[in-house]
Amino acid sequence: MLILLLAHAALAVAAPALVRWLGPRAFYALAAAPLAAAGWAIVHTGQVVDGGAVESRYSWVGPVGLTLSLRMDALAWLMVLLVGGIGALVLVYCGRYFDPAEPGLGLFAGVFVAFAGTMLGLVVSDDLLLLYVFWELTTVCSYLLIGHSTASRPSRRAALQALVVTTAGGLAMLVGFVMLGVHAGSYRWSQVADALPGGWYLATAVVLILLGALSKSAIFPFSFWLPAAMAAPTPVSAYLHAAAMVKAGVFLVAQLAPAITVSGAPAATTWRVVVFVGGVATMLYGGWVALRQHDLKLLLAYGTVSQLGLLTAVLGAGGRDAAVAGAAMLLAHALFKAALFLVVGVVDRATGTRDLRRLSGLGRRAPALAVAAGLAAASMAGLPPLIGFVGKEAVFASLFDQGLTGRVVLAGVVAGSVLTVAYTLRFLWGAFATKVAGSGVAVAGGAAPGVDRTVVRALLPAPMLLAVTGLVAGLAAPAVDRLLAPYADRFRVTGPVYHLALWHGPGVALGLSVLVLGLGAALFRAGTFGADRGQARTVGGSAGAVYDRLMVAVDRMAVEVTGATQRGSLPFYLGVTLLVLIALVGTVLAVGRPFGEPVELWQAPLHALPVAVLVTAAVFAAQVRQRLTAVILVGITGYAVAGLFLLYGAPDLALTQFLVETVTMVMLVLVLRRLPSHFSERPQRWTRWIRISIGVAVGTAMAAMAYVAVGARNATPISVDFPDLAVSYGGGRNIVNVILVDIRAWDTMGEISVLVAVATGVASLIFRRAQRLHRRGPGEVPSEPPDGGSVWLMAGHTVEAGRRSTMLEVVTRLLFHPIVLLSVYLLFTGHNSPGGGFTGGLVAALALVVRYLAGGRHELAIAAPVNAGAVLGAGLFVAVGTGVGAMVLGGQVLQSAVLDVHLPLVGHIHLVTSTLFDVGVYLIVVGLVLDVLRSLGAEVDRHQDADREAERTKEPV
Amino acid sequence: MKPSLIMLVAVGVLFAAGVTLLLERTLTRVLLGLVLVGNGANLLILLTAAPGGPPIVGTTEPGEMTDPLPQAMILTAIVITLGMTAFLLALAYRSWRLVGHDEVQDDIEDRRIMAMAERDEGSDAADADTDADTDAADGDVTRAGSS
Repeated sequence: MLILLLAHAALAVAAPALVRWLGPRAFYALAAAPLAAAGWAIVHTGQVVDGGAVESRYSWVGPVGLTLSLRMDALAWLMVLLVGGIGALVLVYCGRYFDPAEPGLGLFAGVFVAFAGTMLGLVVSDDLLLLYVFWELTTVCSYLLIGHSTASRPSRRAALQALVVTTAGGLAMLVGFVMLGVHAGSYRWSQVADALPGGWYLATAVVLILLGALSKSAIFPFSFWLPAAMAAPTPVSAYLHAAAMVKAGVFLVAQLAPAITVSGAPAATTWRVVVFVGGVATMLYGGWVALRQHDLKLLLAYGTVSQLGLLTAVLGAGGRDAAVAGAAMLLAHALFKAALFLVVGVVDRATGTRDLRRLSGLGRRAPALAVAAGLAAASMAGLPPLIGFVGKEAVFASLFDQGLTGRVVLAGVVAGSVLTVAYTLRFLWGAFATKVAGSGVAVAGGAAPGVDRTVVRALLPAPMLLAVTGLVAGLAAPAVDRLLAPYADRFRVTGPVYHLALWHGPGVALGLSVLVLGLGAALFRAGTFGADRGQARTVGGSAGAVYDRLMVAVDRMAVEVTGATQRGSLPFYLGVTLLVLIALVGTVLAVGRPFGEPVELWQAPLHALPVAVLVTAAVFAAQVRQRLTAVILVGITGYAVAGLFLLYGAPDLALTQFLVETVTMVMLVLVLRRLPSHFSERPQRWTRWIRISIGVAVGTAMAAMAYVAVGARNATPISVDFPDLAVSYGGGRNIVNVILVDIRAWDTMGEISVLVAVATGVASLIFRRAQRLHRRGPGEVPSEPPDGGSVWLMAGHTVEAGRRSTMLEVVTRLLFHPIVLLSVYLLFTGHNSPGGGFTGGLVAALALVVRYLAGGRHELAIAAPVNAGAVLGAGLFVAVGTGVGAMVLGGQVLQSAVLDVHLPLVGHIHLVTSTLFDVGVYLIVVGLVLDVLRSLGAEVDRHQDADREAERTKEPV
Repeated sequence: MKPSLIMLVAVGVLFAAGVTLLLERTLTRVLLGLVLVGNGANLLILLTAAPGGPPIVGTTEPGEMTDPLPQAMILTAIVITLGMTAFLLALAYRSWRLVGHDEVQDDIEDRRIMAMAERDEGSDAADADTDADTDAADGDVTRAGSS
């Protein structure tokens, strides 16, 4: 079964390409997938008829108990056959229906096949969660298919409406499923059905699930979306809104009925009330409205609504006979309704209209089409010897045997069937009759439109085949009975059972059939020739209006809520977030009072020095108005923190912090040289005090938290084994470095990815046009210095004389290479002593910073004649490559291996593969800083030069 | 483990000063606030380990070693802060290039919705007809911005 699903998926993906290549003929190829599904079902018929099921299970998401458990029993078999068979036919029909120039045809074809696949998955899934997944996928596909004409507003609206209604129902259903699943401890329906909860718990779950099923099957009050969905192309209507998707709800009802209807009050009672009231009301409402339509397609759409009501009531009724009747009706409806929709498609294509007031004489000019339509319509009306008759007889008989409730429902069903007969006649008459002037309905708009016979010939086979199948199924009623019996046998049987047959002898059912046909014919005569002056009802009706009002209300509420919460002010958001932090921490501290631990003034008097520096600098930094001063003060706090790191026994941190702080200062200065020297003064002085109060409160809360956190450390830390692990597994003695590149290498991998993203972000913010992004590379390398004498820096001459410093150039010249060497040293010794990729990279970056500061952007180009993006990419490549390499060699991702090699001359080399990972980190850090220098340094230089140039050219004017 | 008072004070002051700056509208100040808060958070994590010898096997006996795990976290945090700083700086600079200052403005779209709420209007989102217009407007803003 999984293979079938995957085949659908593959064809769906390939569909756009196929359509581009073959045009509409691609649909023939695409029909292979649903055809295979139908064929597969036929092959397994024997297994299913014996009451067995075809099952297969694949584990999917273990932790939530989601398995791909697929199961085809008799009911699913019927659905697979319908979904696959009709799907294939409709696809073939599509191949001739669509114009090659139809926009978006490839996408349409893909979604159509995807839909067939999800529908297949839905009917064979045994797991409730899996069923839900497929359920929502059909919703999404249906949304895309209804909204096929994206340019048309009604089409978009209808699509959205269908999506909103069925998704809302689906969510309710999910809650119901979860309620059942949690109780049963499993989501497999075959297990859940045996472990149903009782009482109101089950009743609530049942109502929730029914909400999903009924909204999907357009049962009152959710009926309005289905007629609106007729904005979709006709083949879609034939498949989704007659044969397949709307059947999902009915299918679910049929699936649950055997378990729920015998579960006892209150669940079974609730179930019956909902199913009967909803079903019968829908049947009557749909039938009545269908009688008043002028558009053949809408007439059928309301007819579908009506029939879905019938199916829901019968399949939900419970009892073996009702189940047989319902399954037979399900089959019958799929066959005749799909056929009729396809006929409407033919009529529409051949004559250019679907308005029964304009059509006339089509029956004479396209007799074969009329025969197909006649057969299907006869089945719909319940005429022998078609399957529709067999089904309806069974419905009447089974409801009659169900006591008083059954007979009340029967009365409703009979009334609904009368309407069915009437609208069937209206359909046939409207589409095919020759309308004579003075018959009560004038042919609007002058003469009847012509008929394109080639279109009829091309499109006829699919509906004809479906209609004939309906006839054959009717004639072979006993065989159908045997195929459907295994489903019905899920109900416990007592006494004799009903068998589908064409002739049961005179009885209640036959009498009712005759009565229905007679009354229906009379109603049609009275309706069409007497009272057809009324206007066609607008699509939707009152439930549609409720939906509209609801949508407007939701929209209004969204605006109000958004307006009240999204103030658009960053300080406001931050303030709220921080106040919540204060409140949470404050509450926990006030309630828990975890203040047992005594405090000591300091752990070592030496700590007081950096703390004093830090506190002073931080307090001033929050107040000063000069940008540069603020930057320097913040930098001082950073260095003080580095000092504390050192005192706490963290040389790696101290080193990194020191380097990062330096790079940060340089970056800040690079940008601040362009910004105004003072922060702008804002008038609202009072907000300043609010800011300070929030700041002090947060500071106090965090200090309290730190106090509690430190006091709470009384368990043995996880890192107690790290020293041993680091040496034996990580092959290194610097534990912090081993943690970074081995024990928690995934974290580092995430981190360097962030760095690459940041570098790219910075570059794209500064280089405002994509064409300029090449300046991330070295750019123009200046020519040899003109004087040819001794020079300290190659590009020193490009710096303006006034800004040049020989001292700096000399120092740079002397220091650059040693610094780079040091960085490489730090990189490779990092595994065993302070250092590592980050530190090494930062040192190398600082070397570049110095070159840039001394010699300008041209000097930077000479020092690093590479594109920053390339460096970043290479780093990421090396890091990922190390990880993948370990996997390829049979280890886990990022697992490290120790290699001890003895080389002549060089001596013993202790090589750990995670060092390679560290090389990646090193490259990325260098790349990041290089990128920052190229953008915040070099590119900002160019902006400055350009501005100055602009200034100069302006002055003389 | 006994907490050290002066370290708690250091954490508190860093957070207090940082948050005060963070709530400003000038992007540079926000950025500096972020750096201060970052330093404060790093110190907080550091405090959870008792001071001791550097966690390097061979240099320090395992018993006297300070806990290496918080250090690894901090190291990651320091470098990420560097990345954040670079990005915010680029934002500040771009903001200055476009509008002549680096102050965070209120979101115009949010203002529009607030105005809508005051007038008790809906957004017509259900009909989704205004997409094209909004897209075009956004494009214009970008183009006008890059001189």
